[in-house]
Amino acid sequence: MTPLAAVMPLFGLITEPISVAHYLVVGAVLFTSGVACMALKRNALGVLMGIELVLNGANVNFVAFASPYLQSADGRSLGLDGDVIAVFVIVLAAAEAAVALAITLNFYNNHGTVDIDQADDLKG
Amino acid sequence: MDLSSQLPLLLGLAWLTPLVSFVAILFFGPRMGPHGRNAAWVATAAIVTSLVLSLTAFAVWLGAYPVTAAHHGESHAAMEPSAGVTFASEVMSPAEAPGAHGAPGAHGDSHASESDHGHADAHAQPHVPVAYSGEWYTLYEGGRLKLSIGWYIDALTILMFVVVTLIATCIHIYASGYMHDELHDVTDHEVTLADGHHFHRPGRFPRFFQALSLFCFSMLGIVIAGNLAMVFVFWELVGICSWFLIGFYYERTSASTAANKAFIVNRVGDFGMLIGMMALWGALGTLQFGDSTAVGVDGLAVPRPGLFSLFRPAEMGHELHVPDGMVKASAASEVATIAADHAANPADASSEIAARIPDWRKNGYGRWLLFIAGVGIFCGCVGKSAQFPLSVWLPDAMEGPTPVSALVHSATMVAAGVYLVGRFFPVLSPDVLLVIAYTGGITLFIAATIALVANDIKRVLAYSTVSQLGYMMLALGVGGWVAGLFHLVTHAFFKSLLFLCSGSVIHACHTNDMRKMGGLLKVMPWTGYTMLVGCLAIIGAGVPFVIGLSGYYSKDSILAQALAFSQANPGHSILFYAVAGGAALTAFYMFRLWFMTFMGSPRDHHVHEHAHESPQVMVAPLVVLAVAAVVAGWSLPGGLGIANLLEQARPAGTAEGMTGGFVFGETLTFPAEHESHVGSIHVTATLTAFATALGGVLLAAAMYLWNVLSPATVATVFRPVYTFLANRWYFDELYDAVFVKPVLGIASLASAIDREIIDRFVNGIAWSARQVAGIDAWLDRHLVDGFVNSTANATWSVGLKLRDLQTGRLRQYVMFIVVGTVVLFALASMAFRVSAS
Repeated sequence: MTPLAAVMPLFGLITEPISVAHYLVVGAVLFTSGVACMALKRNALGVLMGIELVLNGANVNFVAFASPYLQSADGRSLGLDGDVIAVFVIVLAAAEAAVALAITLNFYNNHGTVDIDQADDLKG
Repeated sequence: MDLSSQLPLLLGLAWLTPLVSFVAILFFGPRMGPHGRNAAWVATAAIVTSLVLSLTAFAVWLGAYPVTAAHHGESHAAMEPSAGVTFASEVMSPAEAPGAHGAPGAHGDSHASESDHGHADAHAQPHVPVAYSGEWYTLYEGGRLKLSIGWYIDALTILMFVVVTLIATCIHIYASGYMHDELHDVTDHEVTLADGHHFHRPGRFPRFFQALSLFCFSMLGIVIAGNLAMVFVFWELVGICSWFLIGFYYERTSASTAANKAFIVNRVGDFGMLIGMMALWGALGTLQFGDSTAVGVDGLAVPRPGLFSLFRPAEMGHELHVPDGMVKASAASEVATIAADHAANPADASSEIAARIPDWRKNGYGRWLLFIAGVGIFCGCVGKSAQFPLSVWLPDAMEGPTPVSALVHSATMVAAGVYLVGRFFPVLSPDVLLVIAYTGGITLFIAATIALVANDIKRVLAYSTVSQLGYMMLALGVGGWVAGLFHLVTHAFFKSLLFLCSGSVIHACHTNDMRKMGGLLKVMPWTGYTMLVGCLAIIGAGVPFVIGLSGYYSKDSILAQALAFSQANPGHSILFYAVAGGAALTAFYMFRLWFMTFMGSPRDHHVHEHAHESPQVMVAPLVVLAVAAVVAGWSLPGGLGIANLLEQARPAGTAEGMTGGFVFGETLTFPAEHESHVGSIHVTATLTAFATALGGVLLAAAMYLWNVLSPATVATVFRPVYTFLANRWYFDELYDAVFVKPVLGIASLASAIDREIIDRFVNGIAWSARQVAGIDAWLDRHLVDGFVNSTANATWSVGLKLRDLQTGRLRQYVMFIVVGTVVLFALASMAFRVSAS
């Protein structure tokens, strides 16, 4: 199976009514974008944004699984639990952003830059 | 509070006070004032306390048993027991203090009525001394063995307590002056170090008084001891104290050798004493002196007769007989046969044995055991009291400081031997007494002859001590119990006086050599005249039949008893000649010493110029002892005197004399001591003593005072004799050749065996162990260590490799996470697929 063949079913989704799968695709795209952002950006703020994207990609999945309108074929969903987890993740992201920005600010004060490639003081 | 609890309390405290002082100085001595100066006060205060307590006990005793003039052939009414009372009849209730069992009628209340008895009924009664015995503390009790700390108190005990503490007090005071050199650092001129300098050390003032206190405690322990085991313990303590003190200047080879010699020679005697104790204990199962009661199985009091009443039972008129236990022990094979015959009924066996004991006794069973016990105990006394052949240690003991010599030679160490013979007198059979008499006679003669030519002032006194101890032993050996112990007491006074005087002289002259002295009387009159008193006392000076110094009385009684003995046993009359000749020799060497030291012109001006009278703290004890040396023999008009006091303590049954013996002939007769006071004997003895002493003094004066006879000429004329005596009869050389050299030879042989055979063997084992260990070490180093090290190396290199991964680049880490996740996911999905298919 070629990679294209593996992705082919996704195209079929365009014609399908909105379902969990669509949300999952959006979440996956967000997640992948976030990872790419983390891996490629040299600016620390960019990396932080990438983290937010990753978290929110996951959040989309939780919300999709929690929605009463997007039930799976057997009619089961996470229900309110998914929403709660999503809210929890948002809180977590906020806290994490606060800490991470503080670290970044300090790093800037010490090194005069926010280039994370310069932050290799802990290399082995 | 009656006497039976008062006396043990008083004398027990008097005994323990020096121990308290010893412990205090042992722990706090160096902190007692500068250089421990106050240790002298502590020790002196302790011994003065002892003296006061002893005097109190003495007063209490006199209050209860007044000393009256001895009536020949009679006993004291005051000491009369109520007729035929055995101790079983006056069993005490347990609530009562452990008290008097030694003698019937010794009880305070029963005594009160008896003291009113007149002489009327006293004649019929045998003499029984008053004695209190009991126990403070039982160390061990199991089977037949009982070891206890107890007391046996009679007039002799109290007298000894007073004498020992009085003399020790004088010596303590004297020593606090004599030992003042030890208060600061001392340079010992007799010890030269390898670098040619003299030995320098800090003073040892407290140490001296510490040992002195322990010495007094030990001696008082011997005196108060209620059983032979306790005597032995304190006997050895006295030995170790003498070792401490003789070796006080232990850096000097001569001092440490002398200390060892004293200790080792004493051990030889103590070995005999142990044998004697074993003979007694093995046969009789008790070492107690006095009678006691034990609580039997049925709760009733069971009498436990002590040694004295076993050997001289009251029901046999206190005559010496072989105790049942010794007879049984000797007839062991017969006893075993009877026991085997009656194996079924042990009661029959014991009754048959009991029935046959008189027969066995008549056939002489147990006599040898009695002899061995007596001679064994005497062996210990030979060592302690420096009798021939163990007399060699005492002159060497002069290496100690002079106050120690005074103490050792008068009141403590050597007195212990004579005291024990006196205490043990009731147990000694005629044969043992003869051995004692001859030992004493030989000792007194040999020592006196050596003293004639000695030039060291302390050695003259040392040989004089040995000789006087010979006198005491001889006196005891010929049956003169009072005479021997009387001489012990008087000798204690004048010999301590003489030694302290000689110490004073040495202190002034810094030499012991009489040849460097002379003319000292003007410089040190106090020392000179007190020493003259001592010399007069030791030779027994006095106006015959009128009055004399203490030695006059004691020596006269010895001579009288020896004369009575030699008249009763003509074959042994040499003993009397030994005593009489010894008296002349004593007079000669004592006055030779005094003339050489104090009279004539100074022989060494350097010594004479530096001589000075000793400080008051040293002179005062001399005066006290001089007074004691003069008056110790006197009896007050009422009869109060040492001899009469001793008469109170005379062992039961020894007043009548003794006959018999089996080793040295059946005809051995020991005359009763009071018979020697009979006119004819007494006059002869007194005149002999006077004549011999006068002759000795005159000869000494002729040679050393008036220079009529030149000592050098005499020495030349009698060259071989002089050399023989100056070399002390070659005793040291003889012992060196006979004992020391062979022992050293055996020792070197043993050490050669040790070195050549045992060491080789051990070294071989060690060598092979080393080889095995080498193999082991190789294995360890190469196999075990190799494995461990290679593991460590591998871990190290892996760690180095992994370090490269830790780049510190955040974005790379993210990539690792992503790639890793994808790879894991891929692997997981593949695995899922595999398991699903």
